Amino acid sequence: MSSAAASDGLPHEEALVALLREGDEATFAALLDAWSPSMFRVARSIVATPESARDTVQETWLAVVGALASFEGRSSLRTWVFRILVNTARSRARIDARETTTSFVPETEDFAPAVDPSRFRAAEPWRGHWVSFPTPWPVPEDLALDREWVARLAEAVEELPPRQRAVILLRDVEGHTSQDVCQILDVTPTNQRVLLHRARASVRARLEEYFGADDHPETPDAARSNP
Amino acid sequence: MTDLDCNELVELVTAYLEGGLDDAETRQVEEHLAGCTGCTAYVEQIRTTIAGAQALGGDGPARLPDDVRAGLIEAFRNSRR
Repeated sequence: MSSAAASDGLPHEEALVALLREGDEATFAALLDAWSPSMFRVARSIVATPESARDTVQETWLAVVGALASFEGRSSLRTWVFRILVNTARSRARIDARETTTSFVPETEDFAPAVDPSRFRAAEPWRGHWVSFPTPWPVPEDLALDREWVARLAEAVEELPPRQRAVILLRDVEGHTSQDVCQILDVTPTNQRVLLHRARASVRARLEEYFGADDHPETPDAARSNP
Repeated sequence: MTDLDCNELVELVTAYLEGGLDDAETRQVEEHLAGCTGCTAYVEQIRTTIAGAQALGGDGPARLPDDVRAGLIEAFRNSRR
């Protein structure tokens, strides 16, 4: 999976940090433009309101400006900025009281089965196998043009428990690596994977409901196998 | 035959896609997928879900409001003094 960091037209890491340290305003402005939308989306998933998310992004950039001289390069600049963002958003969420917990350690619900157990046979023969197979979906290229599908997907992500939402947003929507996400959220690789697993599985289940709706046309594959 | 049941395979999908399984586990998963239409469809759906989520990144809010952006650039400039 590619990281979004390389596709934003910014100089490479070392050059980027050097330019910022030299006080290059054009580079700083380019950074603001390249990363702020992504930062806003991540902040929005943690704090209560869009206004609060905008403030979080602004506050983060001010903290970045203030701390740039002390940036040691132990993580990438982008990871460091997002870590400051998440911590800023968490303090703010506590103030806004959107969530009683702003920890990213998995809880019981994050270990729930990926697929509803009733989808599998409970008895022999074929115990543990699908009762009926998931129906193949249209290819991603076609789905990208299905605005309702895209809206359902966004909605499904939005409705996830906060821990899962943060991980799927950072990993899949914003393109951070698993290593980066562990640093940004301060979670272990195992816990990161637990949250990502459950998040993707929940979103898939919601999208399956969309395809299961009677008013939705069958996929070409399904139509072929049901003459 | 494989030792994995479908309800076990679906719990390994993320580790499988992340390259987090050892060789023996990876082989088990791939052998199961080779013979199982249902799990193959499931894994494809997960891949499609990931691709869809990746595409969501594109349509976010526009850049910072002009006054905020100008203020931050000014703060950057002042931090150098």
